[in-house]
Parts: sequence; structure tokens; C-alpha cells
Amino acid sequence: MNAVSGAASPADGEHGAMRPEAHFRCVLRLGDTSLVLGQRLSEWIGHAPELEEDLALANLALDLIGQARLLLAYAGELEGHGRDEDALAFLRDATEFTNLTLAEQPNGDFGHTLVRQWLLDSWQLEIYQGLIASTDARLAAIAAKALKETRYHYRFSSGWLVRLGDGTEESHLRVQGALDHLWRFTPELFAPDDIDERMQAAGVAPSLAELGPQWSRRIDADLAAATLQRPAAQPYPWHGKRGVHTEHLGHMLGEMQYLQRAYPGARW
Amino acid sequence: MSEDWPLFEVFIRSRSGLEHKHVGSLHAADARMAIEHARDVYTRRQEGVSIWVVRSADLIASDPQEAESLFEPARDKVYRHPTFYAIPEEVKNL
Repeated sequence: MNAVSGAASPADGEHGAMRPEAHFRCVLRLGDTSLVLGQRLSEWIGHAPELEEDLALANLALDLIGQARLLLAYAGELEGHGRDEDALAFLRDATEFTNLTLAEQPNGDFGHTLVRQWLLDSWQLEIYQGLIASTDARLAAIAAKALKETRYHYRFSSGWLVRLGDGTEESHLRVQGALDHLWRFTPELFAPDDIDERMQAAGVAPSLAELGPQWSRRIDADLAAATLQRPAAQPYPWHGKRGVHTEHLGHMLGEMQYLQRAYPGARW
Repeated sequence: MSEDWPLFEVFIRSRSGLEHKHVGSLHAADARMAIEHARDVYTRRQEGVSIWVVRSADLIASDPQEAESLFEPARDKVYRHPTFYAIPEEVKNL
């Protein structure tokens, strides 16, 4: 790992031995969230309300899966057990996935998908922006590439949020309903745990506690433009990034991993 | 839904091109969405570095019925082509 991030920093202290594991987990979480969200979006292919939206959602999915490939390949190297991005994507069970719980939530209708997308796009904006300054040069490079994609994703999803929120009575009701439902998963986005804190201390990852208020301001501005109401604060019982998921992830992985599970090593 | 969304014509300027070229059309609810759709539909393979969209209804086209009177009269006026001039070497993009 030193080859990647330079000499061990003083922040390692006596917990230095724990750092490679935390570093692996940190990158794995980012990769898992991109992968799961990309897989969810790809479920729309052939079903979007418009041909143009079908392509737009497929483009977002491809960007996210591309990010996941870079991040998971790197995570596999950090772990050092010989797992590549495919092994991490297709040969882990739900409890080993460390994506944010919000990313695995089902698509619902088009507005529901776009609300989920907008919440996570604005999360990724903050995270990737922060990661550009990471002491881990490789992670910073991945973030710089992903940030360009994410800016477009956010432009797309925030545009739809306003269009639907400030649209017809029906579209307003639907996206407000989606927001009310999905809001319960948002406290997890910026709640740091021991891995986040260790990575922040090492300069690998940005401070989630500092990014949270920035995200919140952006969310409030967009909600005002979309004439939507911010739901009440929710308790924080979701721990997708620790491997505790809603029932939906297992079903999604069943479909995503079916081929590699049924025909191990299949290629085409 | 497409019937509710107006049609837009899309023009793309390629990386090496100097002018925007018509590449097709698409449906979108508004101008911003039209740019996003054009980006997603027509620049997936790095086809361009700039996009113009215009509502199809705002394009004023010549009438095919009038093609004869509009274009035929130019046919026998070859002297209008600048092929009788030597082009200086410094002049590019002509």
C-alpha cells in the first residue's frame, strides 16, 4: 500500500496494522455503491418512458459501472487476496456488499428512480470533490474522472426533479411521495463510522461530517426550485455500508450474479 | 408521451469540424432536456464538441414543389464556381 499512498502517515500510529483493511473497505464501499446503483439503473433499459430517456439512463448506468470497475479493481489490489473486480462484483453475497442502503432501493416509477438518483448524485458530487485531494493518488485520479461524469448525472437528475416536482399535480405527488419514502436512507450518507474516521485521519478520504452540511444546502436549494417539501429528519437504522441491507439487495444480486453463479468463469 | 413533446432538430460540431451539421431529431419537453437528449443520443461515441438544438417548428424550409424554380436556374452558370482562380497556399479551409 505504501507504493500507492507514500510513506505511512503519523496518523497511523499504533493502529497502522488496521489501516490496509480500512483502506480496502473505504474503496470497496465507493465501488459497491456505484455498482449497485448502476445495476439498478440498467433495469430500466427497454422500459423507460421515452427512447431518449432509455439511452440517458443507460448512459448513467454505464458511467457508474465504469466507476465501479476502477474502484473494485483497486479494492481487490488493496485487499491483496487475488480478487479482481469481477470476483468482487459477482461472487460476493449480499452481507458482504458495502453499498449505501439508498442505492439498492428498487426503481419504483420513473420519478422514484430520479429522486434516488438525485440524492446519490449530489452525494457523489461532494464525495468525489473531496477525494480529489486524497493522499492516495490513485483514488484521487479515479475521483477526478468520476467527478466529470457525476456533474452531468446531477445536471440530469436535478433537472428532472424540478420538472416533475414543479410539473403537474400528479408528477408533484409522485416525486414528493418518493422523497418521503427514500429520505429515511439519507442519514447514512454522511454518518461517519470508525473506517471513515480512520481514512479521514490518514488523509485518504474527506470528512463526511464537513461534507454533510454542504450536501444539505444543495438539497434544500433544489427542493425549493422543485416546490418539494424536505421530509422530517429520520432516525438512522440503516447500515448498508457495514453489510446490513434491506431485502431488496439480495433479489437484485440474484439477477445480477445468476450467470456467474450458474456457470462459474463464463466469458463471452 | 412523445406526442406531447415537441420535436427538435439536432446539430453537432465534430472535434475536427468547423460547422455544426444536422445529425437527426428527437423529442424533448424543453430546450434543456433537448440538449441533454442530444448529448445522450448523438454524442455517445465522441461525435462532437458542441451541440445546437432548435425546435423543428421553428425551422423554415424551402418547398420541394418549388425546387425547379429555385435551383434549376443555377445549373447552366458554371462561371459562378471559383474554379478558375489559383488558390494561394496560405489560404486554408476553403
